[in-house]
Amino acid sequence: MNEIRISDPAEQSIRRRGAATYPQECCGALLGRATDSGKVVTEVISIENARTESRENRFLIEDADYMRAEKEADRRGLALLGFYHSHPDHPAAPSRYDLEHAFPWFSYVIVAVRQGVPEAMTCWVLTEERDRFVEEPIARESRAPRAGGDPDRASEAMEGA
Amino acid sequence: MAVKVLIPTPLRSYVGNVSSVEVQGGTVGEAMNDLLKRHEGIRKHLFDAQGQLRSFVNLYVNDEDIRHLSRMQTALKDTDTITIIPSVAGGAGLSNAEIRRYSRHLIMPEVGLRGQQRLKSAKVLCVGTGGLGSPLAMYLAAAGIGTLGLVDFDVVDESNLQRQIIHGTSDVGKRKVLSAKETIRDINPEVNVIVHETRLSSENALEILRNYEIVADGTDNFPTRYLVNDACVLTGKPNVYGSIFRFEGQASVFCDPKGPCYRCLYPEPPPPGLVPSCAEGGVLGILPGIIGLVQATEVVKLALGIGETLVGRLMLYDALSMRFREMRIRKNPECPVCGENPTIKTLIDYDQFCGIPDLEAQQRVEAEFEIEPQELARKLAAGEDVFILDVRNPDEYAISRIENSELIPLPTLLEGMNRLDSAREMVVHCHTGIRSAQAVNFLRGIGFTRVKNLRGGIDAWSREVDPAVPRY
Repeated sequence: MNEIRISDPAEQSIRRRGAATYPQECCGALLGRATDSGKVVTEVISIENARTESRENRFLIEDADYMRAEKEADRRGLALLGFYHSHPDHPAAPSRYDLEHAFPWFSYVIVAVRQGVPEAMTCWVLTEERDRFVEEPIARESRAPRAGGDPDRASEAMEGA
Repeated sequence: MAVKVLIPTPLRSYVGNVSSVEVQGGTVGEAMNDLLKRHEGIRKHLFDAQGQLRSFVNLYVNDEDIRHLSRMQTALKDTDTITIIPSVAGGAGLSNAEIRRYSRHLIMPEVGLRGQQRLKSAKVLCVGTGGLGSPLAMYLAAAGIGTLGLVDFDVVDESNLQRQIIHGTSDVGKRKVLSAKETIRDINPEVNVIVHETRLSSENALEILRNYEIVADGTDNFPTRYLVNDACVLTGKPNVYGSIFRFEGQASVFCDPKGPCYRCLYPEPPPPGLVPSCAEGGVLGILPGIIGLVQATEVVKLALGIGETLVGRLMLYDALSMRFREMRIRKNPECPVCGENPTIKTLIDYDQFCGIPDLEAQQRVEAEFEIEPQELARKLAAGEDVFILDVRNPDEYAISRIENSELIPLPTLLEGMNRLDSAREMVVHCHTGIRSAQAVNFLRGIGFTRVKNLRGGIDAWSREVDPAVPRY
């Protein structure tokens, strides 16, 4: 399985959005390039959760928003690579419901948000048989180490606390 | 009719990586059939096994959703465009199977979908899979706790089955963590069970606790109880405590920032040997069920964030009078681990703290003052004059005894002294050799020179000499 690269600003944007909409789910589109060695997410578009009820555990992207995301990707010379959503107080693993509503090839990024704090982020792709998801490892875009350390480690430490 | 079908990004690889395909058809249904004929691979992503359009695939003719037109019968004209739109949806929701399983939780407003998800995301560590750990782990699994850690190093023994209901008769001899895991799998396969087959120690406790949010203490000894308490204070996790003895039990929630810890209540352990363990003093088999389920209830309330927990209260239960009482307990500002100026900042040696080495020294008998069961049997068979002193309690004597032995329970040894003859050769025994070692040391100290301790007690006698003597 190829890795998916997610730029730091794109990742931070997903995490912020997950925290901001807690305890409801957030969702949005992943834009970037599909290369032979894997997808590269450079931008994200946040999309209004179209659900009016059960927003704590369901999200829905309306057809009009989907079309806008594809058009926006075209306009920026990028491809629509997939979608992200948050799991409030729930692990960053796809649910049965996610599986039943997934499309092949798309990358589905999930960020767990516990008590309002974004934690683990994972990415999943549907198998060709539609029977399960396989994890698509996330490679963070290389960047200079910062004081305060790797945000992944920080989120792990938070989970342990 | 020649129409254009716009293909969404994820399905383009099935049509040769183009964004649109020309197909023939007078209706949407015919056009889609033509698309499938040309590109079979796309079928399973658009239609289910019954040939119905999948619920999350929407089709548009020009700008109209076909559900607002005539669905698959919608007529087409040249130059029309069909757009396939994936309805992107998902979420953390429970599966249909989970919804059925937890329905009695879901219909209560205090739990509901949100609460059930909290239980699912909760990570709980059960220290011990014995009397308290059995009902704890079984009910927590049934309730839908997502991740359950089990710590135990022991194997299942027949004498466990009277109360440790997570293990069955066929599990005797099996490692407890694995037997427990199998039972949990059967109760609720959704639970992620993590086994730690080890004795919790100062070296591994912080590492094991790291991945959990709530700790339930089902241990049966003081060193581990202090260890669990200190580790919970140091890592900031609630310690759901329970303990049992004979007909009585206690429970509380320690190590919450607003309440006391176990050390606030008991700064020092009792002198070694003063409080017998369940193995020494016995326990009503049902008792751990009651106390373990009080602990399980507190774990579930903590995970859900509802109700009033036992923080700051010690619950006391007496099965014989069937009474629950409770005591207010306060945080001790002087507490060495959770007080204002803590002196314990890392885990210490808990065996030493609880005086276990002293106890062991007291229970150790020089090898020359010990006798092997086989050697005693040989002497008896040879007709040698050996006085056999049994220092167990009368109930144990009623279960099993060595022929011609005399009973003087250890606590009454002093009063029974006139029945002993220091000139005769004497072998002292108890259940496993610990109490009799104390007796031998005492008797040697007051001038008995021909006294020896039966190594391994009547338990070893049964195993090595006379299987007709029942083991207990």
